[in-house]
Amino acid sequence: MFDNPFDPKTTLSSAGCSCGRHRSEHEHASALQATEVTSGEEKIYQNVIASTVLRAMFPSDVSRRIFLKAVGSATAVAAVSQFFPLATATEAFAQTGPLEKTKLNVGFIPITCATPIITAAPMGFYEKQGLDVQVIKTAGWAVIRDKTLNKEYDAAHMLSPMPLAITMGLGSNPQPYAAPAIENINGQAITLALKHKDRRDPKDWKGFKLAVPFDYSMHNYLLRYYLAEHGIDPDTDVQIRAVPPPEMVANLRAENIDGFLGPDPMNQRAVYDGVGFIHILTKDIWEGHPCCAFAASKQFIGEMPNTYAALLRSIISATAYAHDPKNRKEIATAIAPANYLNQPETVLEQILTGTFADGLGKVVQQPNRIDFDPFPWQSFAVWIMTQMKRWGQIKGDVDYAAIASEVFLATDTAKLMAEVGMQAPKETTKTFVVMGKTFDPAEPQAYLDSFPIKKAS
Amino acid sequence: MQTSLSIRAGLLSVLLLAIFLSLWQFSTMGTGPTTDMDPEYAKLMGLTATTGKSALPGPMDVGAALWNHLRDPFYDNGPNDKGLGIQLAYSVARVLLGYLLAVAVAIPLGFLIGMSPLVSRAVDPFIQVLKPISPLAWMPLALYTIKDSAISAIFVIFICAIWPMLINTAFGVAAVRKEWINVARTLEVGTFRRAFTIILPAAAPTILTGMRISIGIAWLVIVAAEMLVGGTGIGYFVWNEWNNLSITNVIIAILVIGVVGMLFDQVLGRLTRLVTFPE
Repeated sequence: MFDNPFDPKTTLSSAGCSCGRHRSEHEHASALQATEVTSGEEKIYQNVIASTVLRAMFPSDVSRRIFLKAVGSATAVAAVSQFFPLATATEAFAQTGPLEKTKLNVGFIPITCATPIITAAPMGFYEKQGLDVQVIKTAGWAVIRDKTLNKEYDAAHMLSPMPLAITMGLGSNPQPYAAPAIENINGQAITLALKHKDRRDPKDWKGFKLAVPFDYSMHNYLLRYYLAEHGIDPDTDVQIRAVPPPEMVANLRAENIDGFLGPDPMNQRAVYDGVGFIHILTKDIWEGHPCCAFAASKQFIGEMPNTYAALLRSIISATAYAHDPKNRKEIATAIAPANYLNQPETVLEQILTGTFADGLGKVVQQPNRIDFDPFPWQSFAVWIMTQMKRWGQIKGDVDYAAIASEVFLATDTAKLMAEVGMQAPKETTKTFVVMGKTFDPAEPQAYLDSFPIKKAS
Repeated sequence: MQTSLSIRAGLLSVLLLAIFLSLWQFSTMGTGPTTDMDPEYAKLMGLTATTGKSALPGPMDVGAALWNHLRDPFYDNGPNDKGLGIQLAYSVARVLLGYLLAVAVAIPLGFLIGMSPLVSRAVDPFIQVLKPISPLAWMPLALYTIKDSAISAIFVIFICAIWPMLINTAFGVAAVRKEWINVARTLEVGTFRRAFTIILPAAAPTILTGMRISIGIAWLVIVAAEMLVGGTGIGYFVWNEWNNLSITNVIIAILVIGVVGMLFDQVLGRLTRLVTFPE
């Protein structure tokens, strides 16, 4: 994108990347990264605008090159400037303000995954960007989805599969949604009722009733994956039901369910109240898996780009702050009151510091039990969609890469991460390992075919 | 004799309460440390797990927490944490709004239905189908179509509160004694005058009974609606405390909901007595 558009040798037209200005997603990201460091912002924007204008004037690269060769690039700049005020347009693009709207409502579900969204309020990260954000506690995932679709919330905390599901129209009307930032990685666990403390092998779990927070959740996919790897078919051998997080511990106590793969603080809360024990942390299923995301509609992003950028910058800064283990105790104190998570402080401290009681009489130390990393790897989205397909939530062919780049706005995030002084990855996809099995985002179908247990479709 | 009966009834009430409270206290007492726990580990655990304390709070805990709430009912710690007084005010305002809307629609409509046997028969099946629908069933539909959670809550109160009033008004109007109508007819009283000076006073006790049933339903509905929609109100308070597994606060909310519901009922009971006439 930042190549000189007046250079006859460069190619501008492409269908490959998310911004539409590059041949491929890879080039898009690397161009962004490279120029981020090497040249001034002003220059970057100039080139971006000029390429856009030139691309509009010459849809075919060949004719643009012929034109440039014929008249020379200096003449071309002068000629284009006559029709289009390049300088003014560049200025408009580079300006961060003015904010279109400063009073925003952001919804959240009271779980530790929402830590960056919540922390940004008491710690003043929203204020620093000139925003007056009300973070509003919401009763459940379906309600947060509806309130965001209704525009009562400008943006919201969602499970990372939800923006994908909303975009594809699963469980709601299709509406283009985006997840410009992941909230937390890891930080979930399988918790079982105390009476099962001697049945630790999943092979003995036939007939169990297990709970997950929502159908379109990492929890659902991770639990199904974990069970299937142990030879249990999650659709026929056990019963998996969606139970809102606050009801999980109450149901576990009432023996309505045998266990759950749920978000914290519910796992630690079950231990704290003496009704359950932590069987396995999800970091031991997939180290570094995404969980919740910060989501906004494409409409909001399009209509209020400055507000959106400011909001995202504050979320990314808060995520960076939460990532630092030194700040975790302070955060636990800040988000424990009734206005935020409404939980005993010691429960939150155990989760965030990773020194916790496991429910079976041991104190365990796992410093990265939960971690915070905003980068929305597009391969995460591809993995999520393979699982949606695996369990029959989506039927037919899926254009994995296209939807992933549409919803997981990795390049935007990378740019804003650099702006707030964080180091962003140079790529937007990566391979990772889930329970010893490597996932290659370039081969989703092969990955899907390799599973013996899946829903016949 | 009359006074001594009410004194004896009062005494019996107090005795029943005392028995209930002592049973409650007795059944929720802790059993002392149950197992030997590593002190390091015990520090990380809740009282239920370490001291064998019952998960249900005793009456003393509830009393203390209630006192805390009553001492400062109007604090405001941000959008998700407001005092009990503010939450109640939100709920009462919502209920009154939805209820008054229902009154404004149900009573004129009930009048029309009651005065015409034809319309009465024609709309009866619709009313019978719509009447028993739970507020929670209306909620997703309301959220989806109205696209505003605050209005949805009011709509749900409206739609649930309207039926008893409608049915009672129609019934009361239809059941006005034929002699009175006939007398009016003999005296050549106009339709409007007949409606307001004869039918309305005659049907008033029945109409108010319907309104009394409706306010009770509206108050039942608000808790369910606010638990679902969240944000503010006593229903949200219950949900928020449930989220924290704080049974103490849930019990307090139950108590408060009961008291407010009783007050509503008493007010309408008084009104009913005002319009009742001896025959």
